[in-house]
Amino acid sequence: MADPMKIRATLQGDTVEVRVLMQHEMETGQRKDAAGKTIPAWHIQQVTATNNGKTVLSAQWGPAVSKNPFLSFKFKGGAKGDKVQITWTDNKGDKRTDEVAVS
Amino acid sequence: MEETPRFVGWGALVAAAAFALALAPAAGAQQKSVADDIARYRELLQDGNPAELWEMRGETLWRTKRGPKAVSLEQCDLGLGSGVVKGAYAALPRYFADADRVMDLETRLVHCMVTLQGYAPADAKKQPFGDGTDKKSDNEALVAWITSESKGVVINVALTHPKEQEAYRIGKAMFFHRAGPHDFGCVTCHGEAHKRIRLQDLPNMLDPADARRAYTSWPAYRVSQGELRTFQWRLNDCFRQQRFPELEFTSDASIALTMFLARNANGGTYNAPALKR
Repeated sequence: MADPMKIRATLQGDTVEVRVLMQHEMETGQRKDAAGKTIPAWHIQQVTATNNGKTVLSAQWGPAVSKNPFLSFKFKGGAKGDKVQITWTDNKGDKRTDEVAVS
Repeated sequence: MEETPRFVGWGALVAAAAFALALAPAAGAQQKSVADDIARYRELLQDGNPAELWEMRGETLWRTKRGPKAVSLEQCDLGLGSGVVKGAYAALPRYFADADRVMDLETRLVHCMVTLQGYAPADAKKQPFGDGTDKKSDNEALVAWITSESKGVVINVALTHPKEQEAYRIGKAMFFHRAGPHDFGCVTCHGEAHKRIRLQDLPNMLDPADARRAYTSWPAYRVSQGELRTFQWRLNDCFRQQRFPELEFTSDASIALTMFLARNANGGTYNAPALKR
């Protein structure tokens, strides 16, 4: 259902820099449509990043995060070829998981 | 100062003059820093430009078998030969003998969807632009990917074929033509240096350096709209702001105007899809 993420993971020295672009409406629940009706909130709530199955980042997101969000973070202990996996879950229960190898 | 009422004393006059003098450089500095801040904002976001999401989707669309004939667009000739995408955008619009018409990228895509994939022309033009919801436009995605394949290529619009020259002439006439309830034309905003709408600096499309900078930064992801916007959209929106009749998607008029602006940007290094406020 949801569109794929764009993930880049590069090893720089002893840290892996991960950059993720996610495609999501991130509707706040504060806006109204042309007819004056409130547009229901629809946003990513949980983001998890794992490296070879081990969680390296876990975040709870809210409506303050922009549409089509960009996330960048660094972690230590990764090596070239490791599988970095990102998963998000939104408040409607929709999920998306994408994976990339560290380069 | 001749119009200053006589009862204003010298003190007040001097004070007013001093105030005006003090204000002028301050306003200039403020303007400058705002432009700098916008530039910095773009720089910060450049790294994670959501346009890349459109590029990804566009590449998939290009290779997907679609339409009544269930073929992909991979055989589409964008001007450099069948299926050649790299650098193709930098030489558009151009004359295509098979259609006997000057075409820009979006017109050519519609042409390929009709001739290769068997879509009805109306279906191929059904949703040129996304409406800001999750109803995304395929056109915007395809344009995003194809233009991204011309990054770093120098804009080189040939203008050799008589029909290309005709399009340029028409586009030029349109650029200078003033009309509508506001007596507006493209030239009203884009014919002089240092004009702006609110905080947005407007490029002078008659100045080669400015034209290059502006043309090579479209299409772009508009943060305020959450959509990737193409050049046809840009022209369409300029027409809307001028209170002109709607510029029809892929019309000869839109191509002529694109031709004029693209040719003025010749020699610029292409660097889009970009990121804009």
